[in-house]
Amino acid sequence: MPVYNLKVNGKSLSVDADKDTPLLWILRDHFDLVGTKFGCGIGQCGACTVHADGVATRSCLLQVSVAAEMGITTIEGLSEDVSHPIQQAWKEIDVPQCGYCQAGQIMTAAAFLEQNPNPNREEIRTAMSGNLCRCASYNRIEKAVEKAASKLS
Amino acid sequence: MKRITTPSVSRRSFIRTSALAGGGMLIGFNLFQACKPEAAPPVDIADLNFNDFNAFIKIADNGMVTIFSPNPEIGQGVKTSMPMLIAEELDVAWDNVVVAQGALDTKNFTRQVAGGSQSLRHGWEPLRKTGATARQMLVNAAAAKWGVDPSTCTTKEGVITNSNGDKLGYGEVVKEAASLEIPEDISLKDPKDFTIIGKDIRNVDIDKIVSGKPLYGLDYKEEGMLYVSVVRPPAFGKKLEDFDATEAKTVKGVIDIFKFGDKIAVMAENTWSAMKAKKIVKAKWKDDSKLENTEDHDKALTALLDGNEFNTMRADGDVKKAFANADKVLERTYESPFLPHNCMEPMNFFADVTQEKVRLVGPIQTPAGTARRVAELLNRKPEEVTVDMTRMGGGFGRRLYGDFALEAAEISNIAKKPVKVVYSREDDMSAGIYRPAIKYRISAAIKDGKLTGYHLKEAAVNSNMYGLIPNFFPAGAVENYQVDVAKYDSNITIGAWRAPYTNFLAFAEQSFFDELAEVMEVDNIRLRLDLLQNVKGHDDERIQYSPERLEQVIKTAVEKSEWGKKPEGVFQGFSSYYCHNTHVAEVADVVIEDDQPVVKKITCVVDCGIVVNPLGAKNQIEGGVIDGIGHAMYGDFTFKDGKPQDTNFNTYRLIRMNETPIVETHFIESDVAPTGLGEPTLPPAGAAIANAIKAAKGVRMTKQPFVKNMKEKELLG
Repeated sequence: MPVYNLKVNGKSLSVDADKDTPLLWILRDHFDLVGTKFGCGIGQCGACTVHADGVATRSCLLQVSVAAEMGITTIEGLSEDVSHPIQQAWKEIDVPQCGYCQAGQIMTAAAFLEQNPNPNREEIRTAMSGNLCRCASYNRIEKAVEKAASKLS
Repeated sequence: MKRITTPSVSRRSFIRTSALAGGGMLIGFNLFQACKPEAAPPVDIADLNFNDFNAFIKIADNGMVTIFSPNPEIGQGVKTSMPMLIAEELDVAWDNVVVAQGALDTKNFTRQVAGGSQSLRHGWEPLRKTGATARQMLVNAAAAKWGVDPSTCTTKEGVITNSNGDKLGYGEVVKEAASLEIPEDISLKDPKDFTIIGKDIRNVDIDKIVSGKPLYGLDYKEEGMLYVSVVRPPAFGKKLEDFDATEAKTVKGVIDIFKFGDKIAVMAENTWSAMKAKKIVKAKWKDDSKLENTEDHDKALTALLDGNEFNTMRADGDVKKAFANADKVLERTYESPFLPHNCMEPMNFFADVTQEKVRLVGPIQTPAGTARRVAELLNRKPEEVTVDMTRMGGGFGRRLYGDFALEAAEISNIAKKPVKVVYSREDDMSAGIYRPAIKYRISAAIKDGKLTGYHLKEAAVNSNMYGLIPNFFPAGAVENYQVDVAKYDSNITIGAWRAPYTNFLAFAEQSFFDELAEVMEVDNIRLRLDLLQNVKGHDDERIQYSPERLEQVIKTAVEKSEWGKKPEGVFQGFSSYYCHNTHVAEVADVVIEDDQPVVKKITCVVDCGIVVNPLGAKNQIEGGVIDGIGHAMYGDFTFKDGKPQDTNFNTYRLIRMNETPIVETHFIESDVAPTGLGEPTLPPAGAAIANAIKAAKGVRMTKQPFVKNMKEKELLG
């Protein structure tokens, strides 16, 4: 099996895996970075969202051979100490219920606010609509993205 | 501060204290015993030891309080709200409280689950008493030190003060307190003196959740653990005949592939290898029993409603006579499909079966029952089986059924290795335990402008409504009232799904009341309020909804939603319901955009007694309402030849943020004991939007999901 050298959260990590292995399972099973969640495996729910070269990407569809060429950031790399404005906004609004989808929501929101630091409500709702929350904490996610935007601007 | 003395259920029955070697005091109690309605001692008091306790309060000599909670947490917030009850009566500052997951040594724990939105309701008094007992012991210790009467001492935020103004922190007297007798007479705070209950307290796991720390079953790992993907029959009614795993075994990382029961285990070094190899296992299936179709269910349920074979769940007066004498009869049928739970975290479980013991770890709503079933399956002694609970990525009823844990145990037993069974989304959706398809037919008899008869018939797949549901509103409000049920036996597995039965029954009944008001030519809200008058002062023990409380949520919803006062273009729909001991009213605001109805806002009024944690309570309410709307609008699940037609989110539609209304919550101020919130706001949501869609488009939704029903009625292109 080929060995791939990945750059995850600023660290160089290597893994021996088939080239079609999704980054999701490399992160979870090989690198012990379990904050990135498995939800559907077909890019429909957003629970596995990471940043690949700064772009919100479904890690369940990103093959390790492709990911090796990119800089990857996971929820664990967003901040050292829960200090990222989006994490802070999530805390202040007390967003989670079961919490399982929230890492993916936060990673989507983080990449979105990089692109659009001053979004209106409709833009937030559209940008976040690719991420499912089965507990339906959507009202709070919406508020938390608004709050994070105001922190960042 | 006024304190209310309560007669004590023997404190000693579930509380015990001990001094800690490192300083501080440990108070042990059995949370699940304490929270059972009957709160009886678990075993003979003389035989009690610390293994009989599954929850602990540790008070350190610096005054910090740690509450070890053994609770299963599925997102309903009890890991935060239940410790709040203890901290309130212990009289400490919440900032000095740490909530930790209970110890992993579960060997002797009697773990149980209080389901059905019951945790806070049952925990309300015992948990406060536990906190109050600890507080009293600390006060008694301080009073002894000072040589004063304990009744002259007061407490605030972990500090005891006597009448001279002398002060001692809890940490300064814990050592002495730990050796004192457990007081039998303790007093509880007057609700107006609460400093923690009623305040907004954040989820205690929030930091871990937003930073991606391992919390869930899927995150659990052990040295040497193997990952297992399971090949299950592709359809209900199919059975394994034979399989060929030659090619699948060549996938890198695969350790072994073997048959167990009617399934095939694909065991690998990592999840991806197991999932990849599973897809190329060549399995041959044979028909074992009938292969069912949604059309068959449809016909069978309709035939049941048209037939005469029912079980009567409640009958008042003479329904037959009321209908025979009626001036007018209204009859309507409402239909709903099967629904999968679709917890975001797919089913998974860890098992390590060895000669000495059986160790299980994972997300489960019923650990005790699952341990018992695993012991039976593997023919092991119950005390050899332990179950540890992880946080759960949703439950919704699916994790009441330990089928996935049994699979893990069986596989580990065969492989003699620690394994974790992981479901793909396709596995999760197609090997599910579903909400059954149900049809309700409701008939009303009207005589001289009055509702004289009400007859509800239920036809459901495999199982019918149970418990007190047939006694919910309008039971007691109509003189001649009857609830009949019938079921169709199927090989498709069904089970509890958030607010079982009422999740659809409320839609049917609250839609029907609006239709009834139209036929009777009365105001739809007036009709509900008038019916409630008939229930006031009743002496029927089966009726547990309160007409007064239901009336109050209805009237408050009218006021808060500006019912009937909205500008042109905003169409409103009303719904009110009682279930899980909580009274709820909801108003939906719908507008037309691009010729289609869009739900913009839900005003939700809730009477759940005292609101323990408003921040967490509102989260449950918002989630329940939107979940109710999402499944009423989009949830559809059909079968062809026993095979589920949707297996992932590319075709199975869950509500998304851009389709979500804003939920505005109002609580009825109350000083009565709290009731649950995990379920009761979901059931009324469907009818609120159906009634609003009717107001907007003049078309009545009678089938879920509405998107399909709207297409049938040519409301959508």
